[in-house]
Amino acid sequence: MERIIENIKKQFPLQDVNSDHGWFITCEKKDVISLLTHLKITGGFTHLILITAVDWIEEDRFQLTYLLNNPQLKIRLGLRTFIERSVWPDESEMQSAHHLWPAVKTYQRELHEMFGIDFPGSPEVNDPLILEYWDDIPPYRRDFDTKKYSEETYFPREGRGSNDPAEYMKSQLYPNEGGKSQDFPQEISKKSSGEKNA
Amino acid sequence: MAKMNYKKRFSDLEKRMVTSPDGEEFEVDPMKDYFSDARPKVHPPSKITPLENFMNWCRAESIYILGFGTGCGAIEMRPLMSPMYDAFRFGIHWRPTPRQSTVFVIGGYASVKTIKRIVRSYEQMQGPKWVIGLCSCTINGGMYWDSYNTVNRLDHYIPVDVYITGCMPRPEALLDGFTVLKKRIKEGRGEGSNEYAENFDWYKANQKKIIKSWDMPDYNW
Repeated sequence: MERIIENIKKQFPLQDVNSDHGWFITCEKKDVISLLTHLKITGGFTHLILITAVDWIEEDRFQLTYLLNNPQLKIRLGLRTFIERSVWPDESEMQSAHHLWPAVKTYQRELHEMFGIDFPGSPEVNDPLILEYWDDIPPYRRDFDTKKYSEETYFPREGRGSNDPAEYMKSQLYPNEGGKSQDFPQEISKKSSGEKNA
Repeated sequence: MAKMNYKKRFSDLEKRMVTSPDGEEFEVDPMKDYFSDARPKVHPPSKITPLENFMNWCRAESIYILGFGTGCGAIEMRPLMSPMYDAFRFGIHWRPTPRQSTVFVIGGYASVKTIKRIVRSYEQMQGPKWVIGLCSCTINGGMYWDSYNTVNRLDHYIPVDVYITGCMPRPEALLDGFTVLKKRIKEGRGEGSNEYAENFDWYKANQKKIIKSWDMPDYNW
C-alpha cells in the first residue's frame, strides 16, 4: 500500500496522507478527476464503492470522499478533496466523474439534491431522486433545521414528551438517592486531582 | 430549473389540438382519459337497520387487504399468511390491486414521496373502505418525528380507522387490530370513505401543502 501511495506521490501533488482508519489521501480539487482516472486505469482500483460529502460549516467548505476498491489486491483507498461551500441558493460546483463509472451519476444526483453540490454535465443531475421538487435549503446541509421544518410542515401530534436520557436513567435506577448518584464519581475525580495538585 | 424539467417531462399529458390523418382537428386531453375530477360522494348507510347490520356483518367477515409495504412494519404482515398465524380463518385475504380491496394497511412511516402514492391508491379503492395504520410512525412519526421528509400524522391526509402501536408490532397485535376493526365495522362506525368525502377540501389542502409535485387531478378513481 505504501508503495502505491509513493507512486501516486511521484505523479500528483498530494496534500495529506492519512492511514488511521484505512488509507485516505487528500488532493486539490483540480487534480481529482485525473487522479481518479489514473487510479482506475493503471492503479487497478476498478471498483467505486461510494461518493459522499461532509459539510464543514465552521471551515466554510465541503469535503468530498471517493472510496475506491482494488478487487485483485483486496485493498481500499479513499480520495478526499475540499471544495468551496456556497451559501444557498447558490450551489457549489465540482467536476463530474460520470464517464469513469456509470454509478457515479446516481451519487452525483444525490449530492446535488441533498447538499446542493452541482456537477455540470452529469446526466440527469437536475432530476429529483428522493425529494420531489424540494424548495428549501438542501436537507443535509448543517444550517438546515430539520426539527423546525418538521414542526412547521407535518402537523406534530400533541403529547409527545421527551426525557434527558441521563436524568431519566438516574431516576429509574436510583429513585431514593436523588441527585447524589450522579455526583458520586465527580467527587472522586475532584478529590484525586486535588491530591495530585497538592 | 427542476420545475422546468418537470414540465418538460409531462408535456405529453397537456391538453392540445391534434390533427388526424384525414385532416380533422380535435382536442385531446390525456389527463381526462385516465382520471376523473368528479368529487367523491357521501353514501349514507341504509335506513333499514337490519339490512345495514347484515351488510356490515358481511363487510366485516370478508376483509380484503391492500398492503402498502414501504415501512418496516410491513414485514409483520407476511407471517399472517403462514400456517402459524393463519389470518385466513378470520376472513382476511390479500389482494394485489386497490380496486379489489377494502382495507388499506399502511406498513410504517410515510415519506412525502410515498404519501402521494398512498393518496392515489386510497382514492382508487372502492367504498366502503377502511385504513389501518401500523407502527408508531403512522401515529406521531415514531422515531422519525423530526425528520425533514417523514409525515407525522397519517390521519391528516387520509382517514384512519385503527392504529396499531409498537415498533414494530407483533403479528398477534396485528390480528388483534383486525378484530377491533371488525367490531368497529359491525357497529357501523367504519365510515372512513364518507368522512373523506365530507372533509374533502381539508384533506386536499393538507395533502397539497406537502406534495410539491402535484401532477394529479383533485380526484381520480
